[in-house]
Amino acid sequence: MSKITIPLGPQHPALKEPENFMLVLEGEQITGATVNLGYNHRGMEKAAEERTYMQDLYLIERVCGICSHSHTTCYITNVEELAKAETPKRALAIRTLFGELERVHSHLLWLGVAGYEMGFETLFMYTWRDREQVLDCLEMLSGNRVHYSINTLGGVRRDITAEQKAGVLKRIKYLEERTKYYISLATEETTLLARTQNVGKLPYDVAIERGAVGPTARASGIARDVRKDDPYLIYGELDFKLITHNTCDVFGRLVVRALELMESYKMIEQILNNLPEGPIAVKVPWRIPAGEAVNHYEAPRGEDIHYLKANNTDKPERLKVRAPTLANLQSVAYMMEGGWLADVPLVIAAIDPCMSCTDRAVVWNPKKGKKEIYGWEELRKMGIEHYKRRGVDFTKL
Amino acid sequence: MIHPARVFREVIKHLFRKPATCAYPFEKAKIMPDFRGRIDFDSSKCIGCQMCVRACPSKAIEIPLSKVQPPAPAQIEGQPPVPAKKKFDCIMKLDHCVYCAQCVEVCPKKALIMTQDFELAHVDRKELRRHYT
Ligand code: SF4
Ligand code: SF4
Repeated sequence: MSKITIPLGPQHPALKEPENFMLVLEGEQITGATVNLGYNHRGMEKAAEERTYMQDLYLIERVCGICSHSHTTCYITNVEELAKAETPKRALAIRTLFGELERVHSHLLWLGVAGYEMGFETLFMYTWRDREQVLDCLEMLSGNRVHYSINTLGGVRRDITAEQKAGVLKRIKYLEERTKYYISLATEETTLLARTQNVGKLPYDVAIERGAVGPTARASGIARDVRKDDPYLIYGELDFKLITHNTCDVFGRLVVRALELMESYKMIEQILNNLPEGPIAVKVPWRIPAGEAVNHYEAPRGEDIHYLKANNTDKPERLKVRAPTLANLQSVAYMMEGGWLADVPLVIAAIDPCMSCTDRAVVWNPKKGKKEIYGWEELRKMGIEHYKRRGVDFTKL
Repeated sequence: MIHPARVFREVIKHLFRKPATCAYPFEKAKIMPDFRGRIDFDSSKCIGCQMCVRACPSKAIEIPLSKVQPPAPAQIEGQPPVPAKKKFDCIMKLDHCVYCAQCVEVCPKKALIMTQDFELAHVDRKELRRHYT
Protein backbone atom coordinates (compact mmCIF):
# COMPACT_ATOMS: atom_id res chain seq x y z
CA MET A 1 0.00 0.00 0.00
CA SER A 2 1.32 3.43 -0.83
CA LYS A 3 2.33 5.75 1.97
CA ILE A 4 0.97 9.19 2.48
CA THR A 5 2.07 11.85 4.91
CA ILE A 6 -0.59 13.94 6.55
CA PRO A 7 -0.08 16.85 8.91
CA LEU A 8 -2.01 16.88 12.18
CA GLY A 9 -1.98 20.45 13.37
CA PRO A 10 -0.80 23.10 14.08
CA GLN A 11 -4.50 23.92 13.84
CA HIS A 12 -6.57 20.84 14.45
CA PRO A 13 -9.79 20.22 16.36
CA ALA A 14 -8.18 17.39 18.33
CA LEU A 15 -5.39 19.59 19.66
CA LYS A 16 -5.95 22.21 22.29
CA GLU A 17 -2.76 24.03 21.45
CA PRO A 18 -0.88 24.61 18.22
CA GLU A 19 1.61 21.84 17.58
CA ASN A 20 2.37 19.88 14.45
CA PHE A 21 2.59 16.12 14.06
CA MET A 22 3.58 14.74 10.67
CA LEU A 23 2.09 11.28 10.35
CA VAL A 24 3.14 8.76 7.71
CA LEU A 25 0.13 6.59 7.00
CA GLU A 26 -0.27 3.25 5.35
CA GLY A 27 -3.98 2.92 5.04
CA GLU A 28 -5.20 3.80 8.48
CA GLN A 29 -2.10 2.64 10.25
CA ILE A 30 0.68 5.00 11.25
CA THR A 31 4.15 3.93 10.26
CA GLY A 32 6.08 7.02 11.27
CA ALA A 33 5.51 10.20 13.22
CA THR A 34 7.50 13.36 13.81
CA VAL A 35 6.71 16.09 16.28
CA ASN A 36 7.38 19.68 15.28
CA LEU A 37 7.51 22.28 18.00
CA GLY A 38 7.71 26.01 17.84
CA TYR A 39 4.25 27.36 17.10
CA ASN A 40 3.72 28.86 20.48
CA HIS A 41 6.97 30.47 21.50
CA ARG A 42 6.23 33.37 23.80
CA GLY A 43 9.68 34.56 24.78
CA MET A 44 9.01 34.25 28.47
CA GLU A 45 12.57 33.48 29.48
CA LYS A 46 13.78 36.67 27.83
CA ALA A 47 10.94 38.63 29.38
CA ALA A 48 11.93 37.28 32.78
CA GLU A 49 15.35 38.85 32.42
CA GLU A 50 13.77 42.27 32.19
CA ARG A 51 11.65 42.04 35.31
CA THR A 52 12.47 41.94 38.99
CA TYR A 53 12.34 38.67 40.90
CA MET A 54 8.99 39.59 42.38
CA GLN A 55 7.48 40.52 39.02
CA ASP A 56 8.84 37.33 37.49
CA LEU A 57 6.81 35.36 39.96
CA TYR A 58 3.65 36.47 38.18
CA LEU A 59 5.20 35.95 34.78
CA ILE A 60 6.46 32.43 35.54
CA GLU A 61 3.06 31.56 36.90
CA ARG A 62 1.74 32.11 33.41
CA VAL A 63 4.12 29.66 31.78
CA CYS A 64 1.30 27.20 32.23
CA GLY A 65 -2.32 27.71 33.15
CA ILE A 66 -2.73 24.32 34.76
CA CYS A 67 0.55 23.85 36.62
CA SER A 68 0.97 27.49 37.56
CA HIS A 69 1.94 26.61 41.12
CA SER A 70 4.53 24.06 39.99
CA HIS A 71 6.44 26.59 37.94
CA THR A 72 6.46 29.32 40.57
CA THR A 73 7.45 26.94 43.35
CA CYS A 74 10.32 25.59 41.30
CA TYR A 75 11.42 29.12 40.43
CA ILE A 76 11.07 30.45 43.94
CA THR A 77 13.00 27.57 45.44
CA ASN A 78 15.89 28.64 43.22
CA VAL A 79 15.59 32.27 44.30
CA GLU A 80 15.39 31.40 47.97
CA GLU A 81 18.33 29.05 47.63
CA LEU A 82 20.46 31.82 46.14
CA ALA A 83 19.27 34.39 48.67
CA LYS A 84 19.89 31.85 51.46
CA ALA A 85 16.44 32.59 52.86
CA GLU A 86 15.04 30.31 55.56
CA THR A 87 11.48 29.77 54.38
CA PRO A 88 9.22 29.07 57.37
CA LYS A 89 7.87 25.57 57.80
CA ARG A 90 4.26 26.71 57.63
CA ALA A 91 4.87 28.36 54.26
CA LEU A 92 6.41 25.15 52.92
CA ALA A 93 3.40 23.17 54.14
CA ILE A 94 1.01 25.58 52.45
CA ARG A 95 3.00 25.35 49.22
CA THR A 96 2.79 21.57 49.41
CA LEU A 97 -0.95 21.80 49.98
CA PHE A 98 -1.35 23.92 46.87
CA GLY A 99 0.88 21.56 44.92
CA GLU A 100 -1.41 18.68 45.77
CA LEU A 101 -4.64 20.61 45.17
CA GLU A 102 -3.20 21.54 41.82
CA ARG A 103 -2.44 17.91 41.06
CA VAL A 104 -6.04 17.02 41.90
CA HIS A 105 -7.45 19.64 39.58
CA SER A 106 -5.01 18.79 36.82
CA HIS A 107 -5.65 15.05 36.98
CA LEU A 108 -9.41 15.55 37.07
CA LEU A 109 -9.08 17.83 34.08
CA TRP A 110 -7.08 15.15 32.30
CA LEU A 111 -9.63 12.49 33.11
CA GLY A 112 -12.25 14.68 31.48
CA VAL A 113 -10.12 15.41 28.42
CA ALA A 114 -9.31 11.72 28.03
CA GLY A 115 -13.01 10.89 28.27
CA TYR A 116 -13.73 13.50 25.65
CA GLU A 117 -11.05 12.20 23.29
CA MET A 118 -12.31 8.65 23.51
CA GLY A 119 -15.85 9.77 22.82
CA PHE A 120 -17.10 9.22 26.38
CA GLU A 121 -18.45 12.67 27.00
CA THR A 122 -20.43 11.71 30.07
CA LEU A 123 -17.15 11.13 31.87
CA PHE A 124 -15.94 14.52 30.68
CA MET A 125 -19.03 16.25 32.06
CA TYR A 126 -18.87 14.46 35.42
CA THR A 127 -15.18 14.97 36.08
CA TRP A 128 -15.29 18.61 35.13
CA ARG A 129 -18.25 19.22 37.35
CA ASP A 130 -16.39 17.61 40.24
CA ARG A 131 -13.28 19.56 39.39
CA GLU A 132 -15.22 22.70 40.32
CA GLN A 133 -14.97 21.54 43.93
CA VAL A 134 -11.20 21.67 43.95
CA LEU A 135 -11.20 24.93 42.01
CA ASP A 136 -13.47 26.32 44.72
CA CYS A 137 -10.93 25.20 47.32
CA LEU A 138 -8.19 27.01 45.46
CA GLU A 139 -10.27 30.13 45.00
CA MET A 140 -11.20 30.15 48.67
CA LEU A 141 -7.60 29.77 49.83
CA SER A 142 -5.84 31.98 47.32
CA GLY A 143 -8.33 34.31 45.67
CA ASN A 144 -8.22 32.87 42.21
CA ARG A 145 -9.19 29.63 40.53
CA VAL A 146 -6.30 29.26 38.15
CA HIS A 147 -3.48 31.66 38.92
CA TYR A 148 -3.35 31.25 42.66
CA SER A 149 -0.33 33.54 43.17
CA ILE A 150 0.11 32.06 46.60
CA ASN A 151 3.90 32.13 46.50
CA THR A 152 5.88 35.18 47.37
CA LEU A 153 9.60 35.62 47.89
CA GLY A 154 10.33 34.02 51.24
CA GLY A 155 7.00 32.32 51.86
CA VAL A 156 3.35 32.46 50.95
CA ARG A 157 0.92 35.37 50.76
CA ARG A 158 -2.12 34.05 52.55
CA ASP A 159 -2.60 32.00 55.67
CA ILE A 160 -5.17 29.27 56.12
CA THR A 161 -7.92 29.81 58.67
CA ALA A 162 -9.81 27.11 60.53
CA GLU A 163 -12.93 27.77 58.45
CA GLN A 164 -11.04 27.38 55.21
CA LYS A 165 -9.51 24.17 56.46
CA ALA A 166 -12.95 22.75 57.20
CA GLY A 167 -14.19 23.87 53.78
CA VAL A 168 -11.32 22.15 51.99
CA LEU A 169 -11.65 18.93 54.00
CA LYS A 170 -15.38 18.79 53.26
CA ARG A 171 -14.82 19.13 49.53
CA ILE A 172 -11.98 16.63 49.53
CA LYS A 173 -14.26 14.06 51.23
CA TYR A 174 -16.76 14.47 48.43
CA LEU A 175 -14.06 14.19 45.77
CA GLU A 176 -12.74 11.04 47.38
CA GLU A 177 -16.14 9.40 46.97
CA ARG A 178 -16.37 10.51 43.38
CA THR A 179 -12.85 9.36 42.54
CA LYS A 180 -13.62 5.90 43.92
CA TYR A 181 -16.49 5.79 41.49
CA TYR A 182 -14.25 6.86 38.61
CA ILE A 183 -11.74 4.18 39.48
CA SER A 184 -14.43 1.51 39.37
CA LEU A 185 -15.67 3.03 36.13
CA ALA A 186 -12.21 3.01 34.60
CA THR A 187 -11.58 -0.60 35.45
CA GLU A 188 -15.01 -2.05 34.68
CA GLU A 189 -16.66 -0.07 31.92
CA THR A 190 -16.28 -1.96 28.63
CA THR A 191 -16.28 1.07 26.36
CA LEU A 192 -13.46 2.61 28.30
CA LEU A 193 -11.40 -0.55 28.39
CA ALA A 194 -11.85 -1.19 24.68
CA ARG A 195 -10.78 2.32 23.86
CA THR A 196 -7.69 2.49 26.09
CA GLN A 197 -6.21 -0.99 26.43
CA ASN A 198 -3.23 -1.69 24.17
CA VAL A 199 -3.44 1.81 22.72
CA GLY A 200 -0.30 3.96 22.66
CA LYS A 201 2.07 1.30 23.93
CA LEU A 202 5.26 2.55 25.57
CA PRO A 203 7.34 -0.37 26.90
CA TYR A 204 9.55 0.05 29.95
CA ASP A 205 12.89 0.21 28.05
CA VAL A 206 11.60 2.69 25.49
CA ALA A 207 10.22 4.90 28.24
CA ILE A 208 13.63 4.94 29.90
CA GLU A 209 15.46 5.46 26.63
CA ARG A 210 13.23 8.38 25.63
CA GLY A 211 13.31 9.95 29.07
CA ALA A 212 9.59 9.83 29.84
CA VAL A 213 8.55 11.58 33.05
CA GLY A 214 5.55 11.78 35.34
CA PRO A 215 2.46 9.59 34.98
CA THR A 216 3.55 8.62 31.45
CA ALA A 217 6.71 7.02 32.86
CA ARG A 218 4.95 5.58 35.89
CA ALA A 219 2.37 3.87 33.69
CA SER A 220 5.28 2.09 31.99
CA GLY A 221 6.41 0.66 35.28
CA ILE A 222 9.16 3.20 36.03
CA ALA A 223 9.14 4.21 39.70
CA ARG A 224 10.15 7.78 39.02
CA ASP A 225 8.74 10.64 41.06
CA VAL A 226 10.67 13.65 42.32
CA ARG A 227 8.50 13.72 45.44
CA LYS A 228 9.99 10.37 46.43
CA ASP A 229 13.39 10.47 44.75
CA ASP A 230 14.46 13.88 46.01
CA PRO A 231 11.82 15.11 48.50
CA TYR A 232 11.34 18.87 48.39
CA LEU A 233 8.99 21.09 50.44
CA ILE A 234 7.57 18.79 53.11
CA TYR A 235 7.07 15.68 51.01
CA GLY A 236 9.70 13.86 53.04
CA GLU A 237 7.36 13.89 56.04
CA LEU A 238 4.20 12.81 54.25
CA ASP A 239 2.95 9.30 53.96
CA PHE A 240 2.05 8.45 50.38
CA LYS A 241 2.58 5.69 47.87
CA LEU A 242 4.33 5.96 44.54
CA ILE A 243 1.82 4.67 42.03
CA THR A 244 3.06 2.66 39.07
CA HIS A 245 1.30 0.44 36.59
CA ASN A 246 2.73 -2.04 34.13
CA THR A 247 0.30 -2.15 31.22
CA CYS A 248 2.33 0.54 29.43
CA ASP A 249 -0.74 1.85 27.55
CA VAL A 250 -3.32 4.62 27.81
CA PHE A 251 -5.27 2.50 30.27
CA GLY A 252 -2.26 2.38 32.57
CA ARG A 253 -1.92 6.15 32.40
CA LEU A 254 -5.55 6.50 33.33
CA VAL A 255 -5.21 4.17 36.31
CA VAL A 256 -2.02 5.85 37.52
CA ARG A 257 -3.66 9.26 37.49
CA ALA A 258 -6.82 8.04 39.17
CA LEU A 259 -4.88 6.31 41.95
CA GLU A 260 -2.62 9.33 42.34
CA LEU A 261 -5.73 11.36 43.02
CA MET A 262 -6.43 9.17 46.04
CA GLU A 263 -2.86 9.68 47.26
CA SER A 264 -3.22 13.43 46.84
CA TYR A 265 -6.41 13.46 48.95
CA LYS A 266 -4.56 11.57 51.63
CA MET A 267 -1.72 14.08 51.56
CA ILE A 268 -4.04 17.08 51.64
CA GLU A 269 -5.69 15.73 54.76
CA GLN A 270 -2.32 15.05 56.37
CA ILE A 271 -1.06 18.54 55.64
CA LEU A 272 -4.20 20.30 56.85
CA ASN A 273 -4.38 18.27 60.04
CA ASN A 274 -0.71 18.87 60.92
CA LEU A 275 -0.14 22.43 59.73
CA PRO A 276 2.96 23.67 61.56
CA GLU A 277 2.51 26.89 63.52
CA GLY A 278 4.57 29.99 62.86
CA PRO A 279 4.99 32.84 60.40
CA ILE A 280 4.13 32.36 56.75
CA ALA A 281 6.87 34.45 55.18
CA VAL A 282 10.30 35.94 55.78
CA LYS A 283 11.82 38.99 54.15
CA VAL A 284 14.02 38.37 51.15
CA PRO A 285 16.23 41.18 49.84
CA TRP A 286 15.39 42.61 46.43
CA ARG A 287 18.92 41.96 45.19
CA ILE A 288 19.87 38.32 44.88
CA PRO A 289 23.58 37.45 45.27
CA ALA A 290 25.34 36.13 42.18
CA GLY A 291 25.15 32.39 41.67
CA GLU A 292 23.42 29.59 39.85
CA ALA A 293 20.73 27.19 41.00
CA VAL A 294 18.82 24.29 39.49
CA ASN A 295 15.75 22.70 41.00
CA HIS A 296 13.22 20.14 39.98
CA TYR A 297 9.62 19.67 40.97
CA GLU A 298 7.07 16.95 40.32
CA ALA A 299 4.40 18.83 38.39
CA PRO A 300 1.16 16.98 37.60
CA ARG A 301 2.60 16.13 34.18
CA GLY A 302 6.04 15.10 35.36
CA GLU A 303 9.37 16.53 36.31
CA ASP A 304 9.67 20.27 35.82
CA ILE A 305 13.17 21.74 35.87
CA HIS A 306 14.16 25.37 36.39
CA TYR A 307 17.60 26.88 36.11
CA LEU A 308 18.32 30.36 37.44
CA LYS A 309 21.41 32.51 37.21
CA ALA A 310 21.62 35.60 39.39
CA ASN A 311 24.09 38.43 39.08
CA ASN A 312 23.75 40.53 42.23
CA THR A 313 20.97 42.71 40.83
CA ASP A 314 17.22 42.63 41.33
CA LYS A 315 16.71 40.90 37.98
CA PRO A 316 17.77 37.40 36.94
CA GLU A 317 20.49 37.09 34.34
CA ARG A 318 19.14 33.87 32.89
CA LEU A 319 16.17 31.67 33.52
CA LYS A 320 15.58 28.35 31.84
CA VAL A 321 12.41 26.32 32.07
CA ARG A 322 12.18 22.68 31.04
CA ALA A 323 8.50 21.77 31.12
CA PRO A 324 7.54 18.09 31.50
CA THR A 325 5.77 17.86 28.15
CA LEU A 326 9.06 18.41 26.34
CA ALA A 327 10.45 15.28 27.99
CA ASN A 328 7.36 13.29 27.03
CA LEU A 329 7.06 14.36 23.41
CA GLN A 330 9.74 11.94 22.28
CA SER A 331 7.66 9.13 23.69
CA VAL A 332 4.56 10.36 21.87
CA ALA A 333 6.25 9.86 18.53
CA TYR A 334 6.98 6.28 19.52
CA MET A 335 3.51 5.64 20.93
CA MET A 336 1.82 6.72 17.71
CA GLU A 337 3.85 4.45 15.45
CA GLY A 338 2.04 1.26 14.60
CA GLY A 339 -1.22 2.60 15.96
CA TRP A 340 -4.39 3.72 14.21
CA LEU A 341 -5.09 7.21 13.02
CA ALA A 342 -8.29 7.34 15.07
CA ASP A 343 -6.32 6.79 18.27
CA VAL A 344 -3.93 9.68 17.68
CA PRO A 345 -5.86 12.35 19.63
CA LEU A 346 -6.17 10.01 22.60
CA VAL A 347 -2.51 9.02 22.52
CA ILE A 348 -1.42 12.64 22.37
CA ALA A 349 -3.84 13.57 25.15
CA ALA A 350 -2.58 10.66 27.25
CA ILE A 351 0.64 12.41 28.16
CA ASP A 352 -1.46 15.40 29.22
CA PRO A 353 0.44 17.69 26.89
CA CYS A 354 0.92 21.32 27.62
CA MET A 355 2.45 22.68 24.47
CA SER A 356 2.64 26.34 25.37
CA CYS A 357 4.81 25.56 28.39
CA THR A 358 7.06 23.48 26.22
CA ASP A 359 7.92 25.85 23.42
CA ARG A 360 11.23 27.35 24.41
CA ALA A 361 13.88 27.18 21.75
CA VAL A 362 13.68 28.79 18.35
CA VAL A 363 17.05 29.51 16.81
CA TRP A 364 17.05 32.69 14.79
CA ASN A 365 19.99 33.03 12.49
CA PRO A 366 20.34 36.70 11.57
CA LYS A 367 22.96 35.97 8.90
CA LYS A 368 20.71 33.63 6.97
CA GLY A 369 17.60 35.46 8.10
CA LYS A 370 15.61 32.35 8.88
CA LYS A 371 14.55 30.05 11.65
CA GLU A 372 16.59 26.94 12.28
CA ILE A 373 15.81 23.83 14.19
CA TYR A 374 18.75 21.73 15.27
CA GLY A 375 18.60 17.97 14.99
CA TRP A 376 20.08 15.51 17.46
CA GLU A 377 23.35 15.09 15.50
CA GLU A 378 23.97 18.82 15.28
CA LEU A 379 23.13 19.37 18.93
CA ARG A 380 25.54 16.60 19.89
CA LYS A 381 28.27 18.12 17.74
CA MET A 382 27.68 21.55 19.23
CA GLY A 383 27.70 20.13 22.75
CA ILE A 384 31.00 18.33 22.19
CA GLU A 385 32.61 21.45 20.73
CA HIS A 386 31.32 23.58 23.58
CA TYR A 387 32.88 21.29 26.18
CA LYS A 388 36.11 20.93 24.18
CA ARG A 389 36.61 24.67 24.47
CA ARG A 390 36.32 24.24 28.21
CA GLY A 391 38.83 21.41 28.21
CA VAL A 392 36.56 18.36 28.47
CA ASP A 393 36.49 15.87 25.64
CA PHE A 394 33.27 13.89 25.18
CA THR A 395 34.04 12.62 21.67
CA LYS A 396 34.47 9.05 22.79
CA LEU A 397 31.25 8.89 24.74
CA MET B 1 -14.64 -7.86 36.40
CA ILE B 2 -16.34 -6.24 33.46
CA HIS B 3 -19.54 -4.32 33.97
CA PRO B 4 -20.97 -3.08 30.73
CA ALA B 5 -23.06 0.02 31.13
CA ARG B 6 -21.54 0.77 34.54
CA VAL B 7 -22.26 4.40 33.90
CA PHE B 8 -26.00 4.07 33.21
CA ARG B 9 -27.10 3.96 36.83
CA GLU B 10 -25.26 7.17 37.46
CA VAL B 11 -26.70 8.81 34.37
CA ILE B 12 -30.27 7.91 35.38
CA LYS B 13 -29.65 9.25 38.87
CA HIS B 14 -28.50 12.52 37.41
CA LEU B 15 -31.73 12.97 35.51
CA PHE B 16 -33.39 13.85 38.81
CA ARG B 17 -30.73 16.16 40.17
CA LYS B 18 -30.50 19.91 40.06
CA PRO B 19 -28.19 21.20 37.33
CA ALA B 20 -24.63 21.81 38.49
CA THR B 21 -24.36 25.07 36.58
CA CYS B 22 -25.97 28.39 37.44
CA ALA B 23 -27.84 30.54 34.97
CA TYR B 24 -25.25 33.30 34.83
CA PRO B 25 -25.72 36.21 33.87
CA PHE B 26 -29.38 36.02 34.98
CA GLU B 27 -28.29 34.65 38.30
CA LYS B 28 -25.41 36.20 40.19
CA ALA B 29 -22.24 34.10 40.10
CA LYS B 30 -20.93 33.04 43.50
CA ILE B 31 -17.56 34.56 44.33
CA MET B 32 -15.40 33.59 47.27
CA PRO B 33 -14.91 36.34 49.87
CA ASP B 34 -11.25 37.09 49.14
CA PHE B 35 -11.41 36.83 45.39
CA ARG B 36 -8.86 39.08 43.67
CA GLY B 37 -10.84 41.39 41.42
CA ARG B 38 -10.56 44.95 40.15
CA ILE B 39 -8.27 47.21 42.14
CA ASP B 40 -9.86 50.36 43.50
CA PHE B 41 -8.08 53.54 44.53
CA ASP B 42 -8.55 55.95 47.42
CA SER B 43 -6.99 59.27 46.43
CA SER B 44 -7.19 60.76 49.92
CA LYS B 45 -4.73 58.17 51.26
CA CYS B 46 -2.19 58.11 48.42
CA ILE B 47 1.12 59.89 48.98
CA GLY B 48 2.45 59.36 45.46
CA CYS B 49 5.39 57.19 46.46
CA GLN B 50 5.08 55.16 43.20
CA MET B 51 5.82 51.89 45.00
CA CYS B 52 2.84 50.26 43.30
CA VAL B 53 4.00 51.41 39.86
CA ARG B 54 7.39 49.84 40.42
CA ALA B 55 5.98 46.59 41.82
CA CYS B 56 3.35 45.97 39.15
CA PRO B 57 4.47 43.11 36.90
CA SER B 58 2.43 44.25 33.92
CA LYS B 59 2.78 48.05 33.97
CA ALA B 60 -0.93 48.38 34.54
CA ILE B 61 -0.90 51.25 36.97
CA GLU B 62 0.07 54.92 36.77
CA ILE B 63 -0.03 57.48 39.56
CA PRO B 64 0.03 60.98 38.00
CA LEU B 65 -0.41 64.24 39.91
CA SER B 66 -4.04 65.40 39.84
CA LYS B 67 -4.88 68.33 37.54
CA VAL B 68 -6.76 70.13 40.27
CA GLN B 69 -4.78 70.38 43.47
CA PRO B 70 -6.46 71.11 46.79
CA PRO B 71 -5.71 74.57 48.21
CA ALA B 72 -3.27 74.87 51.09
CA PRO B 73 -5.00 74.83 54.46
CA ALA B 74 -5.56 78.28 55.91
CA GLN B 75 -2.60 79.44 57.94
CA ILE B 76 -3.17 79.31 61.67
CA GLU B 77 -1.95 82.41 63.36
CA GLY B 78 1.44 82.22 65.01
CA GLN B 79 2.38 78.98 63.20
CA PRO B 80 4.40 78.45 60.00
CA PRO B 81 2.28 77.87 56.86
CA VAL B 82 1.44 74.22 56.18
CA PRO B 83 2.12 73.21 52.55
CA ALA B 84 -0.81 71.79 50.66
CA LYS B 85 -1.07 68.04 50.57
CA LYS B 86 -0.52 66.88 47.00
CA LYS B 87 -3.32 64.96 45.40
CA PHE B 88 -2.76 62.02 43.08
CA ASP B 89 -4.90 60.25 40.53
CA CYS B 90 -4.65 56.66 39.49
CA ILE B 91 -4.88 55.31 35.98
CA MET B 92 -5.63 51.62 35.98
CA LYS B 93 -5.34 49.75 32.69
CA LEU B 94 -7.69 46.87 33.21
CA ASP B 95 -6.53 45.18 30.02
CA HIS B 96 -2.96 45.05 31.29
CA CYS B 97 -3.71 44.15 34.88
CA VAL B 98 -3.35 40.48 35.79
CA TYR B 99 -5.21 40.90 39.11
CA CYS B 100 -2.33 39.68 41.22
CA ALA B 101 -2.91 42.31 43.94
CA GLN B 102 0.82 42.81 44.41
CA CYS B 103 0.22 46.58 44.30
CA VAL B 104 -2.24 46.29 47.20
CA GLU B 105 0.41 44.46 49.18
CA VAL B 106 3.20 46.99 48.64
CA CYS B 107 1.17 50.19 49.14
CA PRO B 108 2.32 51.66 52.46
CA LYS B 109 -0.85 53.75 52.93
CA LYS B 110 -3.44 51.18 51.86
CA ALA B 111 -4.61 53.52 49.13
CA LEU B 112 -5.24 50.63 46.76
CA ILE B 113 -8.11 48.36 47.58
CA MET B 114 -8.85 44.94 46.17
CA THR B 115 -12.50 44.51 45.24
CA GLN B 116 -14.47 41.42 44.23
CA ASP B 117 -15.54 43.07 41.00
CA PHE B 118 -14.94 40.65 38.12
CA GLU B 119 -17.37 41.67 35.38
CA LEU B 120 -14.91 43.86 33.53
CA ALA B 121 -15.36 42.92 29.90
CA HIS B 122 -16.16 45.77 27.54
CA VAL B 123 -16.66 46.24 23.84
CA ASP B 124 -15.04 49.65 23.94
CA ARG B 125 -11.34 49.60 24.64
CA LYS B 126 -11.41 53.05 26.26
CA GLU B 127 -13.60 51.69 29.02
CA LEU B 128 -10.72 49.51 30.13
CA ARG B 129 -8.58 52.50 31.01
CA ARG B 130 -10.06 53.61 34.29
CA HIS B 131 -9.15 56.99 35.66
CA TYR B 132 -9.74 57.15 39.40
CA THR B 133 -9.62 60.55 41.01
S1 SF4 C 1 -3.19 43.80 40.51
FE1 SF4 C 1 -1.12 43.27 39.82
S2 SF4 C 1 -1.16 43.69 37.63
FE2 SF4 C 1 -2.95 44.73 38.49
S3 SF4 C 1 -2.22 46.80 38.90
FE3 SF4 C 1 -1.92 45.64 40.78
S4 SF4 C 1 0.19 44.87 40.65
FE4 SF4 C 1 -0.40 45.55 38.60
S1 SF4 D 1 1.95 52.68 46.62
FE1 SF4 D 1 0.06 53.52 47.51
S2 SF4 D 1 0.66 55.48 48.32
FE2 SF4 D 1 2.30 54.87 46.94
S3 SF4 D 1 1.73 55.78 44.95
FE3 SF4 D 1 0.86 53.73 44.96
S4 SF4 D 1 -1.21 54.01 45.73
FE4 SF4 D 1 -0.10 55.86 46.24
